[in-house]
Amino acid sequence: MIYLELFAGFLKVGLFSFGGGYASIPLIRDVVMSYGWLSEDMLTYMIAVSESTPGPIMVNLATYVGITQGGMPGAFVATFAVVLPAFFIIIAIVAFLSRVIENPYVAAVMQGLKSCVTGIILATGVHMVIRNCIISKAMTESGAPAAGAGGAFPVDIRAAIVTILLAGIYYGSRKLKRAAGKRKGLTPIQLIGISAVLGMIVYR
Amino acid sequence: MLPELFLTFMKIGMFTFGGGYAMISVVENACVEEKHWITHDDMMNITVIAESTPGPIAINCATFVGYKKRGLIGAAVATTGMILPSFLVIYLVARFLDSFLEISWIAHAFEGIKLAVGILIIDAGVKMLKQIPAMPVPRIVMACAFAAMLLIDIFALRVSSITLLLIAAAVSLVLFTISQNIEREGSQ
Repeated sequence: MIYLELFAGFLKVGLFSFGGGYASIPLIRDVVMSYGWLSEDMLTYMIAVSESTPGPIMVNLATYVGITQGGMPGAFVATFAVVLPAFFIIIAIVAFLSRVIENPYVAAVMQGLKSCVTGIILATGVHMVIRNCIISKAMTESGAPAAGAGGAFPVDIRAAIVTILLAGIYYGSRKLKRAAGKRKGLTPIQLIGISAVLGMIVYR
Repeated sequence: MLPELFLTFMKIGMFTFGGGYAMISVVENACVEEKHWITHDDMMNITVIAESTPGPIAINCATFVGYKKRGLIGAAVATTGMILPSFLVIYLVARFLDSFLEISWIAHAFEGIKLAVGILIIDAGVKMLKQIPAMPVPRIVMACAFAAMLLIDIFALRVSSITLLLIAAAVSLVLFTISQNIEREGSQ
């Protein structure tokens, strides 16, 4: 029953996604890939699309996966499920539980969840960058690197250079702006724009 | 009142690209300064709550303001208004994305975007890393989760990250309870 799966999958995403924005991607990735709803490439495309369309990434991805898996009703179910936990948690807090968040035991669990999510996010990001920079022929079907294939991993030099360049631009812009007394450097959407242009030039 | 809630949040939902903290200022502008629906202090509170609870910040804000103004119905109306624009846009995108990706220069652009997304995820992780208190338990939980998730990714293990989260919650609760008991005994 696809609707039930969509509901359960995106309820999990909505329930455990602390931090919002890019921080929610590792969890979404885990869910959509374990159900086989999106491929890694398709997920990346949709992240880029979500960045350039209005609304939270989580909601955008839920709607998209819902449409592709179950049409309009699927989109409805998935979007509803992803929003549901946040909706009821906020109402519960405002209505009668404002003290609960300050309870030290609840705070300890929340802190544990946040610390864990941070580790998961970092690991996913690191793995994504490394995998992007390795030529995909060295990968088995499951996405794991072929053990001991020729001893070393063949590095995709083009991808590695572009990655380093993008990281340099992103963090460099932040340093420059801070030196100029402004708070922020490039926004994520601006970096995505630059990466798109670089992609068109480099992969032509 | 309800139509106004709906329209205001629909407008906010239409113009918040990327979501996250960028939209807090948009909500503040609309709900505090223009409409006087909530106070500046309310806005501060909701930001803090949004940080420690799951879900998109945009949804947290819409639910909060809607509930304050008109209870449960208000919350539902404001949240629906917030979601509607992105729902419709993604619906359109889904219909055209496949043919869009067949255009070769767009496919090349996405090759570049793929590289940027990895960087942005690491950046989101680093930002959250800075918020972890300098205490042993949260740091160890973070380090273990990092190592475990990396192994899961590299070897494509069939372990869900939600399993890791539940373990982390349980371990944190147990360790906190133990430390409370030690403290209590120490003070006796």
